[in-house]
Amino acid sequence: MTKHSKSASNYSRRDTLRMMALGGAAGIFAPNLLTEPAFGQKAPRTPKGRIVVGLSQEPTVFNPLMAHIEVDDGVHFSLFDALFRIDPKGVIQPNLAVEVPTQKNGGISEDGLKWRIRLRDDVRWHDDKPFTAEDVKFTLELITKPNFRSWRTTGHSLVRDITVVSPVEITWRMEQAFAPYLSFLTETFMVPKHILEKEADPNNAAFNQTPIGTGAFKWGTRVPGDRIELLANSNYFGEGPHIERLIFKYIPDLTVLYTQFKSGDVDIVGQSYITPDHYQEARKLPNRVVTLEPKSSFESLYLNVERPQFKELQVRQALYAAIDKKAIIEGLYYGVPTPTETFMPRQSFYHNPGLPLHEFNVKRAQQILDAAGWAPGRDKIRVKDGVRLSFTNSTTSGDPLREQVQQYLQQTFAEIGVEMTISNLPAAVMWGEYWQRSRFDSVIVGSTYLIGADPDVTNRLHSLSIGNKGGRGSNNAQYVNPEVDALLEKGSRTFDPEARRAIYFRVQELVRHDLPLLPLYQNVSVQGHKKGIQGAVSNGNTRTESWNAGAWSWAS
Amino acid sequence: MRGFLLNRLSQSLALLVIVSIIGFTILSLIPGGPLSQFARDPGMTQQDIERLAEQLGLNRPLWIQYFDWAWRLVQGDWGRSLRDGTYVLSVIGRHLFATFLLMGTSTVIAIAIGTWIGIRGATHRYSLFDYLATIGAMVALSIPTFWFGLVGIYVFTLKLGWVPAGNMYTIGDGSVLDYLHHLILPSVVLSLVHVAIWSRYMRTATLDAISQDFVKTARAKGVSERRILLKHVVGNALLPMITLAGVQLPSILTGALVTETVFTWPGMGRLFLDSLGYSDYPVVMGLLMFSAILVILGNLIADIVVAIVDPRIRLG
Repeated sequence: MTKHSKSASNYSRRDTLRMMALGGAAGIFAPNLLTEPAFGQKAPRTPKGRIVVGLSQEPTVFNPLMAHIEVDDGVHFSLFDALFRIDPKGVIQPNLAVEVPTQKNGGISEDGLKWRIRLRDDVRWHDDKPFTAEDVKFTLELITKPNFRSWRTTGHSLVRDITVVSPVEITWRMEQAFAPYLSFLTETFMVPKHILEKEADPNNAAFNQTPIGTGAFKWGTRVPGDRIELLANSNYFGEGPHIERLIFKYIPDLTVLYTQFKSGDVDIVGQSYITPDHYQEARKLPNRVVTLEPKSSFESLYLNVERPQFKELQVRQALYAAIDKKAIIEGLYYGVPTPTETFMPRQSFYHNPGLPLHEFNVKRAQQILDAAGWAPGRDKIRVKDGVRLSFTNSTTSGDPLREQVQQYLQQTFAEIGVEMTISNLPAAVMWGEYWQRSRFDSVIVGSTYLIGADPDVTNRLHSLSIGNKGGRGSNNAQYVNPEVDALLEKGSRTFDPEARRAIYFRVQELVRHDLPLLPLYQNVSVQGHKKGIQGAVSNGNTRTESWNAGAWSWAS
Repeated sequence: MRGFLLNRLSQSLALLVIVSIIGFTILSLIPGGPLSQFARDPGMTQQDIERLAEQLGLNRPLWIQYFDWAWRLVQGDWGRSLRDGTYVLSVIGRHLFATFLLMGTSTVIAIAIGTWIGIRGATHRYSLFDYLATIGAMVALSIPTFWFGLVGIYVFTLKLGWVPAGNMYTIGDGSVLDYLHHLILPSVVLSLVHVAIWSRYMRTATLDAISQDFVKTARAKGVSERRILLKHVVGNALLPMITLAGVQLPSILTGALVTETVFTWPGMGRLFLDSLGYSDYPVVMGLLMFSAILVILGNLIADIVVAIVDPRIRLG
């Protein structure tokens, strides 16, 4: 049912990691010769035509270091480069760097504290100035400047003693070993020192409206509320660009976005893609390629485990058993999403496929509650020690599909003597303090737990990440498990992918057992593009469909 | 006249202050705010969000935020958008043309057709035309604009291929003809509702004028029906319509939320909707003040025009 995009290569992830290590070692002796990664290939210099990407939100933040949302990523990936990029298989590849640093190739010291990055020597900014290690230093320092409105500071705040060894080599020290930082650097785009250092206030620099990067496309024009036009950078060091102009068109209504894809005004449907109800029709459209692509987000019934109703594991188990996932997916979501047992996306190297499978069984749910001493009260709602098994469930109002899921859950929960009251809120209310300070009983939420493709989920599941208790993350379920805490701490200090895999497999087992969230399904996006477009490969390890626009071309 | 204008000016300033306080308070009461969009970003910590709130001054007491904003406004600084960092006046300015083009065209269509239907409906009361116009107006007023818009796109774009599916112009073209081609469907869809409103008002105003004594007098004097209609009836019936036009004037520049969304028209209506969704306080407040000024101006202009065309009214 679910069709995933396939890569032409047959090597496994493990093989790739080995190859990367070998390639990296060779690269020490011959930079830019031995390592010609997927994002560092020369291409014919005859860009032709244009591609229009339709987006349902408007990109508005063009300084990639400033706080921004998913939809801005497509513009950033096209205009800028990071030291590394992550490919569709979840493997980190060199981009502005000539190799990916590992403990094996000496790029990262054994204790994980000293990092050395070697850079390409053939990269130029769009204004033809050379890109050097000074730009990397400037970028990393800008992110943690107190007055700069930067996006994420996790990981960056641990960087100390940045030293420019040469124009193509930079080193730094980490305050503590932090393996996810490599993944964070795949989403940290480099900005030009020679332009931004002159700005008294980088928050309001002219650069932020007319950015200059090293990417496959240069800034063209912006018509606010309508579109952004980027132009081919014919001096790009990497693959492409093969098209003259890349246009991001803002179409706020999803039905209209789909209609304009049908009518041919839009060449590629970007975020938020084609709605599931149009999938069956869309896949039959002539001269269009419509595929189901796994996303990194998953949908869950998320519980506030500090609420007396949810403190007992048996209650959470019973609720999970009373969810008819199959009916929800097939009846309400047109069979598009994939059922899941974990927060880890299926396409991840760290996804644990051996977790116990959910089974919809109302009788079993009733038996669990009976055995736990939750007896039906006069109104048939179960009670134990003065606690009624009644709770509210919230989600963003105005989402008809989620509202139907809620009604469906409400009915099956009633069958096991559980009362669920629906209390939906506008997005601004829902995701404000109500969410951040754990004011809810339960919510239906779509979440992405990974940053880039790194499996570290400290921010979501560590007990020190409970915002309501002064924590620094978004463990809004208020979930506490000391073993999970210890594993997460170990995982963030471990650099070897195989060793990390074992750690995060165990984390998933524990979370599946404890059920602070009842996983429903992994989100899948219905993506579409015109048949003549080549190179439009989905990458569930990034947040955008436009992660490799440099490689896009029109079939001649 | 001078006294009237001074009086109006002082009233208007007081009104603007009240509008700004109410608007600012209501906006600030909405939980969430501009940073709530980052709440589900796995890479952003609570500290990141609090840091941004402090940098943007969003964690200050409400009254300080208001006075800071108001003081800057008095000095001519409308602030910067929280979304893209550009000046609010520049943001508004860049969306004005699109809205003016769409709303201006649809208003002209609506006034021309609505006035004609209204007069004809009144002079041919209870005729087939009158019934059809009444039913048509009810249908146009009852059915939401987005429905008309989507049906229009389905029929005239996807099935017949006559007009584009939306957008203000074709990327890479942008000729006058191209603009007009794109303007047809949204302006017709938008004018449907306005035709209905104008025709109903005009019919009532015309009927009211027809029953006046001066019409009977004119008829008794033997003035031709055509002359009675054009000179006496329509002339008087248009007076309340001037007031209505004054009230509707702001909408020409403040846009149509739904139509602009359905037809991906980059105008003020969509800007307002987007800014509200994002809690872009400076832009929302800017749009609110802009609309308030237009409402005040619209009413002022209507009063002055009525006073000029209606000799019974004297300002001052």
